[in-house]
Amino acid sequence: MVRDLVKTYPAARGRRGAPGTPEVRATDGVSLDVGEGEIFGLLGPNGAGKSTLVRQLTGLMRPDSGSVELLGHDLVRHPERASRLLGYLGQESTALDEMTVSLAAETTGRLRGLPAPAARREAGGVLDELGLAPLADRALRRLSGGQRRLACFAAALVGPRPVLVLDEPTTGMDPVARRAVWAAVDRRRAEHGATVLLVTHNVIEAETVLDRVAVLDRGRVIACDTPMGLKERVAGEVRVELVWRAGAPVEVPEVAALRSLAQESGRRWVLRLAPDQARAAVAAVTGGAAFAALDDFTLATPSLEDVYLALGGDTTKGLVKA
Amino acid sequence: MSIVSAESAGPPGPPGTAPSPDAAAAPAGRAPAPLAPAARLLPALGAVYRAQLSRARVARIPLLFVATFQSVGIMVLMRGVVDGGSEARAVVAGASVLVVAFVALNLLAQYFGQLRAAGGLDHYATLPVPPAAVVLGAAGAYASFTVPGTVVTAVAGSVLFGLPLVHLWVLAAVIPLSGAALAGLGAALGLLAPRQELATLLGQLGMSAALLLGVLPAERMPGPIAYARDLLPSTYGVEALARTFEARPDWGAVGVDLAVCAAVGVVSLAVATLAYRRAAVR
Repeated sequence: MVRDLVKTYPAARGRRGAPGTPEVRATDGVSLDVGEGEIFGLLGPNGAGKSTLVRQLTGLMRPDSGSVELLGHDLVRHPERASRLLGYLGQESTALDEMTVSLAAETTGRLRGLPAPAARREAGGVLDELGLAPLADRALRRLSGGQRRLACFAAALVGPRPVLVLDEPTTGMDPVARRAVWAAVDRRRAEHGATVLLVTHNVIEAETVLDRVAVLDRGRVIACDTPMGLKERVAGEVRVELVWRAGAPVEVPEVAALRSLAQESGRRWVLRLAPDQARAAVAAVTGGAAFAALDDFTLATPSLEDVYLALGGDTTKGLVKA
Repeated sequence: MSIVSAESAGPPGPPGTAPSPDAAAAPAGRAPAPLAPAARLLPALGAVYRAQLSRARVARIPLLFVATFQSVGIMVLMRGVVDGGSEARAVVAGASVLVVAFVALNLLAQYFGQLRAAGGLDHYATLPVPPAAVVLGAAGAYASFTVPGTVVTAVAGSVLFGLPLVHLWVLAAVIPLSGAALAGLGAALGLLAPRQELATLLGQLGMSAALLLGVLPAERMPGPIAYARDLLPSTYGVEALARTFEARPDWGAVGVDLAVCAAVGVVSLAVATLAYRRAAVR
């Protein structure tokens, strides 16, 4: 029986980089607790330490200090137990690339300790569930990126495990495949009480599928809450996006005033404003000379990306919005 | 800054969840969850072996053709230089074992080097599979790939140089044992090399050594080179095979040569297994 799941990383530290590069603390005192049956997300920009954290959790990397406890097992002392508690989907498919989809799933099941007939049966079931049956006899490397990712996800599901650790599972997938992934994840939670730890830098996914999110930045947890709870932190604000046709008409005084508040990226300006400020800004840019230069504008309630920025995350590396 | 989120209660969605309100008390006094069974050595080895063999169908057949073609070509070239006797026996045996060196040593070193560099070892390292199963399964599959090429080369060479075919059954021992030795060496090189390019280079060098020291007749080699030849595991496979082309093979010496191959195989596969364990958990 799975009881509550606790993973704690007080002062877990990343390894030293290669000689000649300065020491990087990939994870710098990260502490998290994840409850049983929870779909828990790790959100953050590239290089925030998400994958390092996952490698420490899956027994692939030993933390310098700190502890990892998974379902009552100390994974720092017994990293080999991780493979008997969790199913892991990494970012690489090299080990499976030259196998057919069905053989990759079946072999992974057998290496997860299933007898051959059970592995074959389970692999077939998972391929059907994910809509991969028509591709079962194709080699992974002949598939498109999203299909290959889905096949690797299938392999990660063969052989039941109480915990799933998925490192950016839906990268490159079309909406149908994404839906299949989230349906499969939900089914494992509903039927087996599985706990899912999900690494993502996709904000939309984080908002819709996760129960709770930890936002990582430079090896530290800068926030941890439900997506709703995180968004409430910036609830008083409105996100205004302006796209100019060519350049911003900074000769208009109102536009020049907005510029100091805006995050500029090419022709696009993003502003986070109080509601009355936002109204004034929209009024200013939709009238007169400014409107002629305006290509498009949107008003939106804040997303997790805004939360991330408001929390002081590195503004030069925004989260991927897809 | 680190935020412990234990107080933020459990997830809102899933039913039947018992959130832990007190992180400090949580880790203690709870029965650990049962561990799923680990894969046992032989079934896991079988699964890896089968998966690797299927890779051959997709990716390795052109290379197997190249390996055989290379060996047959060398024998055709040497036909003009060598005209029978012990030199002919050495050439045919050397060219046959060269196929094993090409695939088991060179290609396996490249495979493990690439797998390690690209993070592919993570896949195996996060499965409850004994390290020996991964190494032995891959080594066994690569040794198996060499069977057709080695047999074709040995038969073609025997016909070309007029050697007896009666004792070629000894290939049934020479291929697995020299295959074990060379595949173990290849796996160890691929897993120990700090960079992928180095693994490729070492594999190529090992194969070149097997080519030069195995195919060229030993009697004409200068002293130090002859010692280097004695250090190369493929040499003993070559010698064992060469002896069986004689009218009355010295089976005792054949047995000793094959025993050396077996011993090198055991040691190198053990080293490769340790190297795998080290490479998988960093």
